[in-house]
Amino acid sequence: MKESAPTCPVLVLGMGNILLQDEGLGIRALEVLQHDYELPPGVELLDGGTTGMGLLDDISRRRHLIVLDAVQTGAPPGTPVVMRGEEVPVYFGIRVTPHQLGLSDVLATLELSGEQPGSVTVLGLVPHSLELSLELSGAIEAKLPELVDLAVSELTQLGYAPTKKGPDTLIAED
Amino acid sequence: MATRITVDPVTRIEGHLRIDCEVDNGKVTNAWSSGQMWRGIELILQGRDPRDAWVFTQRICGVCTTVHAIVSVRAVENALQLEVPVNAQYIRNLIVAAHAVHDHIVHFYHLSALDWVDVVSALSADPAATAKLASTLSDWPRNTVQELTAVQQRLKKLVESGQLGIFANGYWGHPAMKLTPEVNLLAATHYLQALEYQRIANQIVAILGSKTPHIQNLAVGGVANPINLDSQSTLTLERLFHIKSLIDQLGDFVRQVYLVDVAAVGAFYADWTNFGAGVTNYLCVPEMPLDGMGTQFELPGGYIENGDLSTFKPITSFQDAFFEQGVAESSKHAWYEGSASLHPYDGETVPQYTEFQDDGKYSWVKAPTFNGKRAQVGPLANVLCMVAAGHEPTKRYLDTVVSTASALAGTQIPLTALHSTIGRHAARAVRCAVYYESLHNQWQLLMDNIGRGDYTTFNRPTFMKGEQRGFGIHEAPRGVLSHWVVIRDGKIANYQAVVPSTWNAGPRDENDEMGPYEASLIGNPVADPELPLEVIRTVHSFDPCLACAIHMVDDRKQEIVRVKAL
Repeated sequence: MKESAPTCPVLVLGMGNILLQDEGLGIRALEVLQHDYELPPGVELLDGGTTGMGLLDDISRRRHLIVLDAVQTGAPPGTPVVMRGEEVPVYFGIRVTPHQLGLSDVLATLELSGEQPGSVTVLGLVPHSLELSLELSGAIEAKLPELVDLAVSELTQLGYAPTKKGPDTLIAED
Repeated sequence: MATRITVDPVTRIEGHLRIDCEVDNGKVTNAWSSGQMWRGIELILQGRDPRDAWVFTQRICGVCTTVHAIVSVRAVENALQLEVPVNAQYIRNLIVAAHAVHDHIVHFYHLSALDWVDVVSALSADPAATAKLASTLSDWPRNTVQELTAVQQRLKKLVESGQLGIFANGYWGHPAMKLTPEVNLLAATHYLQALEYQRIANQIVAILGSKTPHIQNLAVGGVANPINLDSQSTLTLERLFHIKSLIDQLGDFVRQVYLVDVAAVGAFYADWTNFGAGVTNYLCVPEMPLDGMGTQFELPGGYIENGDLSTFKPITSFQDAFFEQGVAESSKHAWYEGSASLHPYDGETVPQYTEFQDDGKYSWVKAPTFNGKRAQVGPLANVLCMVAAGHEPTKRYLDTVVSTASALAGTQIPLTALHSTIGRHAARAVRCAVYYESLHNQWQLLMDNIGRGDYTTFNRPTFMKGEQRGFGIHEAPRGVLSHWVVIRDGKIANYQAVVPSTWNAGPRDENDEMGPYEASLIGNPVADPELPLEVIRTVHSFDPCLACAIHMVDDRKQEIVRVKAL
């Protein structure tokens, strides 16, 4: 329930379209984080899908924003991508991912209203296949744990270390 | 010799629309609207459980997630002839109305106002003169010298930093920009205030939908919002009154700011009532169902031909045969196999890509027709049909906008001025006010029904052997949205989504008739083919949202807008 300003200082935002295979890798990584890890208080996970301005309220006034997304850099598929600080404006300045327009509008707008997140980090993988499918490509499925590890170490560095759930704390799949 | 302009993409939100125009002697003489991505949601849904379809359909679009969810459950319920508890209708209606208010505010202020408002010019405005001007327009208490000065300072800082951010793609200083520095400052101030109010509208969706951007409270057969006035995990009185307080906060902004600003832009750009009419057959569907089967509605829908309100023919229910039988889609000029118009139940999605052929296939969007004719959908269609149906609140808000604009322009603006680029913006503001009022009404209806002791929110669906067909309709912020489903032995056999941007952005049809975007551009002025602001104005007035009309982006394009004058 979100009835007032967000209280969690850290937002991990998965972006992407799960209907288009690796386009949804950010969402898939978010699902792994949610399912396999215990997150400390102060961290919120959000599946942003392919939305843009609708995320304004969710992103505003966070101390840290971590975006998980498929990123086209021209590097071989599966290459991990980390962009932070100085590099992030580059990410928003040109059209690198399909969601960049929406998300960049949100961040620029928050800049204007003085509610931009304290830090923005983009973690991702270069996608392999964007065909119509709910399943990741084999190549990206194999690389997904690397993206999850990147997110875990990022959170750890920020002082919000997730802990991996043991086998007995894992909730059975319905 | 005609100049050819290509604008690609036109949307500032996710989506991918390409517009090609031929310009001769400063006017558009020919136009093509092309969707540059292929949409294949239909293929993903085949063989799935119809109860799950809405979860996937709300991923079609990055802007209107909720609308594709709501229309999907309506389609399946229609196929099963399933009655929905009225509480569920009211809760869905509240989501629909709050989403509409949110969406229209964002579209006007954040996605299209910069086509008309020159933010850089606002820097030279006199805040005191701006406040004085504002006081003649509206009672809005936040048009103060103090607030206007603060906004001007913020803009100054932004411009000086060289990081224009969201304003970076504006056409500053373009000869088609006509507002005074004071009006520009007022609009820029409301741009920032609008951020606060669209958020409030979005919070209503979030509370009822459990989450945004993807709501989680829907179900075929109702909603998953148990009503229990005492239990904390359900829809309690406290939450219902919190929603009411959010609704109340929205009203003044819609009425004292949005409606007034749109009237002012209309008055200062009165020449734009002469451009952009295009297709003047208008289609909309009824919205805000008041009973379980969708036979009574708060907001009427129907069809108008050739812009003549006396031709209005109503669409009256979720089972309406006039609508169900009227819709077809042609692939003659779209990158799919076949060229005959097909009804959505029989629709095919077999890609056949060619190059961009001016006289052949040139778009991933199909061309829908209504009883063989092109139709414009969206707020303008909605407002004209509701006026034709005699809907009192629509007439009232339309009168307010037209009389405010007429007073500012110093001349009586006729109703026919609505068939235009600026008319679409005016109609969107009117629709926003109508939906705001409806938000109030639906909240009261829900409270009254709960007060009578009815807490039901869900009727369990049952699936039969054999085949059932159904369609769901929804008057979404961009216009008529319909989902069509064929269920065989409890599984989805065919699924087609005919979305608003398909109606408006579609290419030429079976008879080579232009779609609404294309037709609306003919005759548009273009002062400078290198900076075709006027073309963008007309296309933006439709609130383009191509992410749902089509899908798939993978071109690593470096430019945000490519303008190519050939």
